[in-house]
Amino acid sequence: MTTTAPPSTIASYERDFLKHEDRADWLSELQRQAWTEFEKLGFPTTRRGNELWKYTDLRRLDSQAFNLSEAASMAASGELSKIAPWSDDWHSAVVIDGRFSPDLSRNVESAGVSISDFASTADSLRQKIEPVLGSLATVEDNAFVALNTALFQSGLLVEIGDDAELDQPVHILNIVSDGPDHRAIYPRTLLIAGSNSKAVVIESFVNLSSGPQLTVPVFEASLGAGAELQHFRVQLENEQSLHLGTTRSEQPAGAVFNSTTFATGPAIGRNDVHTNLAEEGAETTLHGLYITNGQSHQDNEISTTHHKPHGTSHQFYKGILAGKSRAVFSGKVLVQPGAMKTVAEQKDLNLLLSHGAEIDTKPSLEIYADDVKCAHGATAGHVDTSMLFYLMSRGIDRQDAAKMLVTGFATEIIDEFEPEPLREFLYEKLDQIVPKLDSEGIL
Amino acid sequence: MLEVTDLHAQVVDMEDGEILKGLSLKVNPGEVHAIMGPNGSGKSTFANVLAGRTDYEVTAGDIVFEGESILEAAPDERAHKGLFLAFQYPAEIPGVRPWQFLKAALDAKHEANGEKKLSVRDFSKLFDSKVDEVKINPDLMKRSLNEGFSGGEKKRNEMLQLAILEPTLAVLDETDSGLDVDAMRIVSDAVNALRSPDRSFILVTHYNRLLHHIKPDVVHVLVDGRLVETGGPELAEEVERDGYKRFLEEHAPASA
Amino acid sequence: MTTPSKTPQTISRTTDLSEMEYKWGFVTDVDAEIAPKGLSEDTVRFISAKKNEPEWLLEWRLKAYRHWLTLQESDAEPKWAKVEYPPIDYQDMYYYSAPKSPEDGPKSMDEVDPELLEAFDKLGVPLHEREKLAGVAVDAVFDSVSVATTFADKLEELGIIFCSFNEAVQNHPELVKKYLGSVVPYTDNFFATLNSAVFSDGSFAYVPPGVKCPIELMTYFRINTEGSGQFERTLIIADKDAYVSYLEGCTAPIRRTSQLHAAVVELVALDDAEIKYSTVQNWFPGTKDGVGGVYNFVTKRGRADRNSKISWTQVETGSAITWKYPSVILRGDNSVGEFYSVALTNNHQQADTGTKMIHIGKNTKSTIVSKGISAGQGQNTYRGQVKIMPGAENSTNHTQCDSLLIGDRCGAHTVPYIEVQNPTAQLEHEASTSKVSDDQLFYLMQRGISEEEAHHMIITGWSRDVIRELPFEFAMEASQLLKVSLEGAVG
Repeated sequence: MTTTAPPSTIASYERDFLKHEDRADWLSELQRQAWTEFEKLGFPTTRRGNELWKYTDLRRLDSQAFNLSEAASMAASGELSKIAPWSDDWHSAVVIDGRFSPDLSRNVESAGVSISDFASTADSLRQKIEPVLGSLATVEDNAFVALNTALFQSGLLVEIGDDAELDQPVHILNIVSDGPDHRAIYPRTLLIAGSNSKAVVIESFVNLSSGPQLTVPVFEASLGAGAELQHFRVQLENEQSLHLGTTRSEQPAGAVFNSTTFATGPAIGRNDVHTNLAEEGAETTLHGLYITNGQSHQDNEISTTHHKPHGTSHQFYKGILAGKSRAVFSGKVLVQPGAMKTVAEQKDLNLLLSHGAEIDTKPSLEIYADDVKCAHGATAGHVDTSMLFYLMSRGIDRQDAAKMLVTGFATEIIDEFEPEPLREFLYEKLDQIVPKLDSEGIL
Repeated sequence: MLEVTDLHAQVVDMEDGEILKGLSLKVNPGEVHAIMGPNGSGKSTFANVLAGRTDYEVTAGDIVFEGESILEAAPDERAHKGLFLAFQYPAEIPGVRPWQFLKAALDAKHEANGEKKLSVRDFSKLFDSKVDEVKINPDLMKRSLNEGFSGGEKKRNEMLQLAILEPTLAVLDETDSGLDVDAMRIVSDAVNALRSPDRSFILVTHYNRLLHHIKPDVVHVLVDGRLVETGGPELAEEVERDGYKRFLEEHAPASA
Repeated sequence: MTTPSKTPQTISRTTDLSEMEYKWGFVTDVDAEIAPKGLSEDTVRFISAKKNEPEWLLEWRLKAYRHWLTLQESDAEPKWAKVEYPPIDYQDMYYYSAPKSPEDGPKSMDEVDPELLEAFDKLGVPLHEREKLAGVAVDAVFDSVSVATTFADKLEELGIIFCSFNEAVQNHPELVKKYLGSVVPYTDNFFATLNSAVFSDGSFAYVPPGVKCPIELMTYFRINTEGSGQFERTLIIADKDAYVSYLEGCTAPIRRTSQLHAAVVELVALDDAEIKYSTVQNWFPGTKDGVGGVYNFVTKRGRADRNSKISWTQVETGSAITWKYPSVILRGDNSVGEFYSVALTNNHQQADTGTKMIHIGKNTKSTIVSKGISAGQGQNTYRGQVKIMPGAENSTNHTQCDSLLIGDRCGAHTVPYIEVQNPTAQLEHEASTSKVSDDQLFYLMQRGISEEEAHHMIITGWSRDVIRELPFEFAMEASQLLKVSLEGAVG
């Protein structure tokens, strides 16, 4: 990642960094190193040769600083079910403006699972955390991981015990409160899944303000051998805000990490997911749906590295683009020498609904082992006229038919959000979003 | 012609992967042998091991073909010696035309045996007459090898190759599977037409169906990697009537 | 990964040439006319003067040269391709070397590298041509171009111009002036800019309105001089409703040093015209250990006007490094662009190749079929861009991009860039990577075909969608080339 001279806003982030409360020495040291790295990197630029940021322009971060959000309070949890996917049965940790809210959280200590804030109790959790924190979401060459690591307030530790099979999902609900503009929020989650454990983890991001905010979350998942983790990520942003999220996971032998995302809303959104298939027989599925409208920009940077034989990976993203919005899919599968019998698939399908919308899709394969089966595909197109005609010939009016087709396009991904309250929530969202898409009158 | 002694074979690099567990078989010139067996008994493995497929390794025993051990011979060398395998699932090869492929195959065989290659004209004549003989749709010959062929068409194409390459030993691996009555007749007609005192056949099959059309001289029953019983056509009839139950009870390993 | 190193001083002949330099200027000798090593404004002027070029062309070259200096200063040599090579010293290279004394080349076939002769033998190159290619016979177009104009009379009758670039500058300056740099401007990229400053010669073709060129036009390119760069420039214009098919073949003798080949090809297809451009590239790939070989850094681009069609077909088996992206600017409504490519890398070869299809006009259509074959320690990258501009209503692209790997030390990479700014466009990109199927190999070998021949048959068949786009003789040559290039990779 390359950078130009440090922009003027860096000083303001530095002030936030210096404001840090006292923390355990080892944690302070980690955060200091991260800060040093961030200072060195600055914000990424779209400069020639910077493939990772080829299509996403972050220049506004150079001119407009976002300052660390103050702690805010929220009303009772009764309201939460209105603004976010929610079930009283879930293990829900609520994080407001980057700070863990024990009062609003539910079932955080149960059989097989424990959720806590390690930023305040770091010393007692040190032995568990220190070896993994920052080992997957590394700060080197990644400005936003560095920034998050330097500035996170609460750090959630989600522990899933060895052999535990959770009946209910873990839900980490991140809320940006309705408050002043230009606040920065740095949610941080470390998930440690014991060997042969099985769990569903939902991360949702909800923005209650209507002004420009900056959210820079990092989710780091360390899996034990044979662990199976299903991760869902829901990003609901406002059209003024920036959301630059990172998800990192590494799978040892036989471990499975599946992640499905739903992203909509932001002025600039980035969904940066990387999984490492570190040992034999590991598996990962990275799916997602992005819906952009207006001036929104959503960038999906999805990559998988196969290090050892018999690994399987699937990347499958779908996009619906309207208005003057723009979306990016940059998928990468890297098969290292010796990672024989790798099976990798990569697919990105897009629906463009208006002039002025732009999709830049780049599914790429980098393969250094011969006994592999890898394939990828990408498409971009409009609502299929023959399908439209078919529906209309059955008496459905044009708008309803188009709505049906656009919603149908999204269904394939949304159906993967297995917990019912979550899926229902997303279908409701979809019903609200689709009619508002600026589609030149098609919808 | 063919003498297989105490053949043990397994999937390469697989523990507990032994499939053939001491198979012995002798085929004399002009004989037609049928090897029958239930699913998983090792029929297809045997056919593939005979042809030299490298997915399997021979751990003990020997295969002597035309007086020489062929264990070390590559598949193409075995073919040059006159061994032919009609595949259960013939591979589809994009962009390679059947004519081009068969010419290359026949040329390689002639060359290996120090014989003169056929001219393009002579080969074309041979090709056309055999296409006619096995009644394969000539339009298929304009396509890529086996690509988009139906199951029956693939089997006919195997018979076409058999007719042109004129092997001394032809192994038909479940050639009857998935064939309708008409296709079955095509296959059996082709085989019957090619029967001669110096050409032998091994028919590997699950059912007796094909054996109604091609009368075998010897029938073997294969169970758990060994030929457990050998007899005449009456053995095939027993299988047709009673299935493999008796053989399995008598010969399957205790654990099965 | 070992990359070829550039050691121009290791050959005694090179040293001899250096001794011939005049400190203050340029040698004009009966035997050799050589610009001293290195690149300067004087070099550019010298080349232009040697070719007796008009003032405007010299000016154009100088503008390019000055621009190139700024590019070099800002370190603008492209680095994004997936190829590795040591830094090129642009001052340690000859930019002009034309007819040489016969003593430079081998005296007889006995002195020619037997490996090279063997290669010619396999390719079925006729004996007299072998001598030329091996550098035994010395003719005046050693390092520049040799343009076959066997059917000159017939072409002239139809008003078709087919000649060397220099001749075109002398005899048809209005056409050259109008179209030179119109598709690939001198500012386009580092290597194209360098070419614009120092290009030596090349081919020129013009087909007048309504004329369908009845024969294939063909140019055979050779690089011969040690330590010299090769910069040819090709310009092909199909006027309205004209048709031309152009073939380009490339070979180079074996040299221990790496040679830079930075060519530029510009195609202009005016309304309703069609240009078919086929390349069989077999520049010296370097030795098995990766020593020497040609750096093939080439800019090829076509401009397609209304209802026109430009089709690129390439079979790339040579060069130590290939860096080329034959492209089509689909600026006219209903224009069509096609790219068919087979690229093979064996031993230490590296290829980063693909295409760009820029859709500007309405109802434009492009097709991309790319087949990459990696063997040995070869690295093979497909890099392609399909861009649909906002006004390109109802445009379509279909891309099929497949890679085969042979052996566990090579690499195959696929990097498509699909940029769509119009909702009525339809794009489909598909790609696959695998090794040669064991089932297919076993099937062929069971029928008596050797492993090597079976590989060749499978690979040629797999590449058929590209090879069948070539004119017949070229298709045969291409298939043979694939076979020769893969030798030693199998078994």
